[in-house]
Amino acid sequence: MSALLLVLVLLPLVGAAVCGFLVRSPGGDAAAKTAGFVVSLAEFVLVVVVWALYVPSAPTRFQGELSVPWIPAFGTRFALGLDGIALPMIALLAVLVPLVIAYTSFTRAADRFPDGRGAGGFVALMLALQGVLVALFAATDVFLFYVLFEVMLVPMYFIIGRFGGARRQYAAVKFFLYSFLGGLLMLGSIIGIFVASGTRLGQASFDWTTLQHLAAQLPLSTQIPLFLGFFAAFAIKAPLVPLHTWLPDAGAEAPIGGGVILVGVLDKVGVFGFLRYCLPLFPLASQSLAPLVLVLSVIGVIYGALLAAMQTDMKRFVAYTSIAHFGFIGLGIFAFSQQALAGSALYMVNHGISTAMLFLVVGMLAARGGSSRIADYGGVGRIAPVLSGLFLVAGLTTLSLPGTNSFVSEFLVLIGSWPREPAYTVIATVGIIFAALYVLWIFQRTMTGPLRGEAVLGRGPGAASAVAFEPTDGGLRDMLEDDASARARARFGDLTGREIGVLAPLVLLIFLLGFFPQPVLNVINPAVSATMSEVGVADPVGPNGVAR
Amino acid sequence: MTSVLTLPTGLPAQGGSLSANLGVDYGAVAPLLIVLGAACVSVLIEAFVPLHRRVVPQLVLSLAAVAVSLVLVVVRAVAGTPATITLAGSLSVDGPSLFLWGTLLALAIPSILMIADRSIEPGGAFVADPEALAEAQERAGVRAMATVGGSSGSSGSSGSSGGSRGSRAAAGPPPEMHTEVFPFVLFALGGMLAFCAANDLLTMFVALEVLSLPLYLLCGLARRRRVLSQESAVKYFLLGAFASAFFLYGVALLYGYAGSVRLSDIAAAAAGSPRGDALLFGGLALLVVGLMFKASVGPFHTWTPDVYQGAPTPVTAFMAACTKVAAFGAILRVFFVAFGTTSIEWRGVLWAVAIASMVIGVVLGLTQTDLKRMVAYSSVAHAGFLLIGCLAITPAGLSATLFYLLAYGFTTIAILGLVSLVRSGDGEATHLSAYAGLATRSPVVAASLSFCLLALAGVPLTSGFTAKFAVFSAGLADGEAPLVIVGLVCSAIAAFFYLRVIVMMYFSEPAPDGPSVSLPGPLTTVSITLGLAVTLLLGVVPTAALDWAAAARFLG
Repeated sequence: MSALLLVLVLLPLVGAAVCGFLVRSPGGDAAAKTAGFVVSLAEFVLVVVVWALYVPSAPTRFQGELSVPWIPAFGTRFALGLDGIALPMIALLAVLVPLVIAYTSFTRAADRFPDGRGAGGFVALMLALQGVLVALFAATDVFLFYVLFEVMLVPMYFIIGRFGGARRQYAAVKFFLYSFLGGLLMLGSIIGIFVASGTRLGQASFDWTTLQHLAAQLPLSTQIPLFLGFFAAFAIKAPLVPLHTWLPDAGAEAPIGGGVILVGVLDKVGVFGFLRYCLPLFPLASQSLAPLVLVLSVIGVIYGALLAAMQTDMKRFVAYTSIAHFGFIGLGIFAFSQQALAGSALYMVNHGISTAMLFLVVGMLAARGGSSRIADYGGVGRIAPVLSGLFLVAGLTTLSLPGTNSFVSEFLVLIGSWPREPAYTVIATVGIIFAALYVLWIFQRTMTGPLRGEAVLGRGPGAASAVAFEPTDGGLRDMLEDDASARARARFGDLTGREIGVLAPLVLLIFLLGFFPQPVLNVINPAVSATMSEVGVADPVGPNGVAR
Repeated sequence: MTSVLTLPTGLPAQGGSLSANLGVDYGAVAPLLIVLGAACVSVLIEAFVPLHRRVVPQLVLSLAAVAVSLVLVVVRAVAGTPATITLAGSLSVDGPSLFLWGTLLALAIPSILMIADRSIEPGGAFVADPEALAEAQERAGVRAMATVGGSSGSSGSSGSSGGSRGSRAAAGPPPEMHTEVFPFVLFALGGMLAFCAANDLLTMFVALEVLSLPLYLLCGLARRRRVLSQESAVKYFLLGAFASAFFLYGVALLYGYAGSVRLSDIAAAAAGSPRGDALLFGGLALLVVGLMFKASVGPFHTWTPDVYQGAPTPVTAFMAACTKVAAFGAILRVFFVAFGTTSIEWRGVLWAVAIASMVIGVVLGLTQTDLKRMVAYSSVAHAGFLLIGCLAITPAGLSATLFYLLAYGFTTIAILGLVSLVRSGDGEATHLSAYAGLATRSPVVAASLSFCLLALAGVPLTSGFTAKFAVFSAGLADGEAPLVIVGLVCSAIAAFFYLRVIVMMYFSEPAPDGPSVSLPGPLTTVSITLGLAVTLLLGVVPTAALDWAAAARFLG
């Protein structure tokens, strides 16, 4: 399996190189898109195989381990391995990347890239990003993790900066600088680990397992600065509230496909880092600083929800809903209970799916209307019922309706946090109400009611008069409305077969994981139990759900 | 040549312990002798060979001398020949010396190649006389017209795409260049080699002058933007003269304190002496001013941006890479050998200098709109990072600084080589706006430049990151946590102005009348490729270089 894991990392990188090469040749854009799509599908198949080979009940922390010395002077190794937290993230990535490439390359509604750039370059960057992210989730060497943490910024930076919207330069630089600053603070901690492990073990090591054993010996006063360096990087990436301002810009300016991966997977590196690095490596510091994280998380839940409701741009709306959801994940991780941790790990997957769905639907809508302003739309449900229906599905999974995937994870987080942190849990629960508010409100404004807005009715003078003229006679009004609606429908059009094809796997997953989350939970649970014992905290709820 | 070498040996040997060292270990000093000897031969070529035949012999001689010296250094390092102090105790050929010599010689090769390249602009940066240049341009123009007019042109180049390149190729042999640059570079290089291996302060001072004087001249040699170039040379010379005076004053005070200019004697005197510290630390302060000036550490950096901008770009590359290596080599030697025992007492002050250098470099770097000035301020910031390594008086600090110098030198040479390719009508276009949309027109140049800038920013998988990691970890291990934190924050700020160039190149529309990108000649191509390759290799597989640096120990 370790060979397979290496292939999982290398295949997208090779695919990226091939696509990058193809794009340079004349007329190679289409070839690059096809090649990229094929590579991403092959990667998906490989991930399915890896998932099948993965043994959730195995006693070892990591499976398919692979370890090669890299820079002996620093004690670093090129070491990969899978656990129950990394595998679902890699699987999520393997599902989303083909969909994003298909959406960008093969649908009418795809982004129109600035300066007439073809999608081939985008596909190449996307595959490169996938390769880096797979290695990042699978890394079992802390130094390697840091290296990939920084390297993953480069393809994303170019995706936003070259293929994004009007303010893409600003957004790309802001994204890079925020993350880079966080990364450098983490580098400070990495160096601290290097020094600490060198003095304690005689030979510096970055091996995750070795450091995890070392962690128990470090005093709290050493753990806190080291924890804070990691925490700063992950809190920016996640993002927690005071450090979140780059996300709405980056999310809104990124091309839709880039936004899906940015918010759906790349940001998860932050919460993944909390779960995989902060908690096991610095258990004492994690517990003593948990109130800080919990406060920030709960603020994020409420603040993100309120700001989401107030947004005028749909892409920024999606970004702010994500900030609210990341608050839930943070709450679940730092509540230190088996259920909440498992809920958070599952939430990472589910949020990726629901955000991807929402982003893609918004992208399809915006491609039709040529605008992503909420005020430009109204009554879309009349002319594009399928689009409207799928928007509703995406919205409902975002507000965690029972039966959708998000409900399971949100419920686990709340029920798991309650015994230990009742106050924070109560406040976070209020966030669910806000979620219903902002989702239903945006749906009502854009999809229901009479046809409204420039994007729906067009911008010509005739369109304006159709709105201004309000006949009193019922028959005439119906006739005029039918006429306007027919024209808008012709111009707007409902989802095409290919677009539905892109969304269908996500809809399937939303309901599948909503009703049968157990296969994923089976993978997640052993890793989460291991994390609990690494932190050294007893689960507040006994095996039968009886409070201890 | 002999005068240069015998001058330091003219000193009376301090104490009898050195009598064993009075013989000259020719094997150890061979690289130095070869480089300086080649410089003398080069002067003779200048004197006796006609102008139009000088370039090739000069280039071959310089490269051969540097390459042979490099091979000797590498052989000596690989063979593990024990460190030795030779030339009557004035030169210490130990591990750090060999590493620094190897670095300097390896950096000199791409620098010389860039200096010799005459294909980017007719006659190169050092064209002999502007009239010949004008004639050449006229000839090129006539030939180009002829090619366009007569479709059956004998050149047979493919139609319109022949354009500027075809005309250049058709213009016959490029005009002559000032071949004096070659002896200048060799003398400067010889001075640098002696500077970082000097075992007493007077040798160090002489070496400082030997390396500085040719550099002053080199800066003023640009033939196209003469005023800017000459201004930079005068500025560099005046400030450099001051710095040398400071250095000499410091040497005098230290001699007064220790009764010797030998580094190890100063350390011994400082360790076991009841005398007052005023002379010792006064001397150190003045000495450090002189050294920091050469290394362009803030706040002694004020010459750096003007000189980097005004000097011909190949000279800037040579200066930015090699001078920094030599100066930091000397700083390391002074700190470790002469003042290692008293580091507790003076380190705090230099903390302030390191912080000042990092902050000045990144904050002023943010405001620059000229790429060469930006590289200059970036070098000031990097000098601050390097100082973190120097201030950790530990083996890890030494090896980290040595590695950093190697990594930084090659990246800088590659950047300046790439900058020399982007040209508008009246020479190099170094203004940031000239780089708008460069990626559309010449993706390879843009990608290479981006890679180097990311390396300067310290993004992993480049040499810049490995070097920073080594330096910062050495600093943290030696209790410099505040310095390291400032260094990390400054790195983040610096990333902004490196990114700005990438933004211009990749995300902006090209200007319609923007500058052209010259196709590099083979010489420049080789040096840029070398710089890029080393930047990548030291980022991905740095083990060999790290191990070599880690094995280096000063012989006090």
